[in-house]
Amino acid sequence: MSKELFRTCPESGLQFHKSAEILMKAHAVIAVVILLIGGIAALLVTLTRWPAIHLLPADRFYQLLTTHGVNMLIFWMISFEIAILYFCSSTLLKCRLATPKIAWFGFLLMLAGIIVNNAAVASGTASVMMTSYVPMPANPNFYLGLILFAVGALIGCFVFLGTLVIAKDEKTYEGSIPLVTFGALTACIIAVFTIASGAIVLIPTWLWSLGYINHIDAAMYRIVWWALGHSSQQINVAAHVAVWYAIAAIVFGARPLSEKVSRGAFFLYIAFLQLASAHHLLVDPGLSAEWKIFNTSYAMYLAVLASMVHGLTVPGSIEVAQRAKGFTNGLFEWLRKAPWGNPIFSGMFISLIGFGFIGGISGVVMGTEQINIIIHNTIYVPGHFHATVVVGSTLAFMSLTYFLIPTLFRKQIAFAGLAKWQPYLFGIGMSVFTLAMMGAGTLGVERRHWDMAFTNSALGFDYPASAYTLMGIVGISGVAAIVGGAIYILVTVGSVFFGKPVESESSFGVATSRLMRAEPIVVPEGGHEAAGKWGFAAPGTFLLALFFLMTFVLYYAVNWKYLASVWPMS
Amino acid sequence: MSAIQPPAEIVWWKQPLDKVEGTWITIALVWSLFMFFMMPFWHVYGKQNLSSEAYKTTPQAYLAKTQAMVDEYTVRTETNLNLPVVRPPPGSDVYLAGRLWQWYPLLELEKGQTYRLHISSLDWQHGFSLQPVNINTQILPGYEMVMTITPDTFGEQTIICNEFCGIGHHTMVGKIYVTEGGQ
Repeated sequence: MSKELFRTCPESGLQFHKSAEILMKAHAVIAVVILLIGGIAALLVTLTRWPAIHLLPADRFYQLLTTHGVNMLIFWMISFEIAILYFCSSTLLKCRLATPKIAWFGFLLMLAGIIVNNAAVASGTASVMMTSYVPMPANPNFYLGLILFAVGALIGCFVFLGTLVIAKDEKTYEGSIPLVTFGALTACIIAVFTIASGAIVLIPTWLWSLGYINHIDAAMYRIVWWALGHSSQQINVAAHVAVWYAIAAIVFGARPLSEKVSRGAFFLYIAFLQLASAHHLLVDPGLSAEWKIFNTSYAMYLAVLASMVHGLTVPGSIEVAQRAKGFTNGLFEWLRKAPWGNPIFSGMFISLIGFGFIGGISGVVMGTEQINIIIHNTIYVPGHFHATVVVGSTLAFMSLTYFLIPTLFRKQIAFAGLAKWQPYLFGIGMSVFTLAMMGAGTLGVERRHWDMAFTNSALGFDYPASAYTLMGIVGISGVAAIVGGAIYILVTVGSVFFGKPVESESSFGVATSRLMRAEPIVVPEGGHEAAGKWGFAAPGTFLLALFFLMTFVLYYAVNWKYLASVWPMS
Repeated sequence: MSAIQPPAEIVWWKQPLDKVEGTWITIALVWSLFMFFMMPFWHVYGKQNLSSEAYKTTPQAYLAKTQAMVDEYTVRTETNLNLPVVRPPPGSDVYLAGRLWQWYPLLELEKGQTYRLHISSLDWQHGFSLQPVNINTQILPGYEMVMTITPDTFGEQTIICNEFCGIGHHTMVGKIYVTEGGQ
């Protein structure tokens, strides 16, 4: 394989394979273009749900909400994730990418799918929301676009797996694959499950929309569709947790507290995370309580356990690395003296906190079988998943982008002053947005609903004034977050297409170096505990974790109390 | 940079855990199990549980049953659409149909009495959202869901559709009036 070309990035020491590098750039660029489309739709949708503005007519609103949902939840996420998969295999393992031509074929299929699906929605004949629940019909190209995209993404997954095989075969590394690559492998396995479920449900639905099949059962559709719809968001979880570990390593040189625990937690994701499609079916007719309880809790909350473990080990590893550098005063000097002006770190840390405190807790609470009765399909639900997918995954991917611009694209960050503030504006704006949505949902405000005032309805309903206030806060904070998203796009496009190149040289050549194992742990005198407190290597993180648990317990109890006030039913 | 490098030790799975990890895993596991057992506990001791009773049906068959109830127990009509308000006897089977874009019929129930409320859709998927009491369920065509409810608050409750069902979705509003017994 002497004709394979590699270059080494002088700053990061990462080694990029030429074919992989171009593919990663292509996927990342397409992802950002989709983010722009989805973001414009987000602005118009937000301005419509802000009661004082109520911008769009109903048909446009539902059309743009469909555009926003599909582009953000499927196309943006998975396009970026394929770039992450290639990075975590080819780059992190210093290995050539498997079958670049087939990878390009996958890329083209994904691009074709994006165009076909968006064209169908833009024509106004597929305003069916991302979920396209049967028997509400959509233009057949809506399903076809999703199928093409899914096949392309599946090819990307297999290119990733093939690259792992080559790396092992050609011995580009010794020992086990890095933790971050293991996290990417977790995401890939979940992605294969997701895409297979998507094919099982969308191909018959496409044939139904063309008239070749005359009936699709609504309950069956929901069960299988959510194995696509929810599991696709679990790809994001696995991918953004891998990104957290990567950023902790890149910014702080942090190593996992223990490989065993972090990998074990990823393994729990592989084993249990996909059961969560049940979250959407807790108030569906005909499913037994046993089925709901087992599936909604990922067996026995084993995937929640995994996320709680990552939530400790990621900041814990940062704390240990910072303490080793001498930030040992008190419980939180390591955190106070962290590089808060570096958007790679600040974005990652806001992502971690927002995902855990807002997205994680609300997800478990509303996924409780009985509590779902007071939450299903209210605007609480998008409140929850904007905390996981936007504050969690999207912000983590944005942070990673600030690292990739100089290393992968070899450009200096344009508008660096704006970039420094971007994670705060986006992360905090979005966090307020999600909390206000959850508040409004608790007051019964519906999701996917054009008019909370029920104009032109024969029988009206008045929400309390507080619900209108909360939806106003949703509007204001949503616009703030969208400005944060626009700054991200400005910085990335400005850097990549118009930015100054980085000063150091990094040219392609045939020479490659083998990937070395991590340095053995140098245990300080008295062990890691000596740098910590109470015999804990990361006492500050432990205290934060206990605070998280307290918040979780209180909020969980409050929701049971609220449920108990509802009409008795059985 | 070890999380993005192969682990230092070939046999990494024999590394001992730090106390902080072991302690947290124990706490998190206990909490996970508590939350798991809370759900079956509520089935036994809680009063708000969704029944899993449901039947396959067809829009025609379901509408026929609903219409039979409307014909027998209508007490008045409301709005210029003459929507029937139905007051079925306590303890009886009550049929509610969701269709584009209406909940049919309007219902009048007695406080403190128990009813078997059947709900199904005559066309697309709908969402039953009772406000302000805040009870939400998914309504599917071809499936008849039965839940036993006991209204325990007086006054007007509004049924809103909370599953997107097309352009008139926001006009799909119905009512359940809860009254004193014997009125």
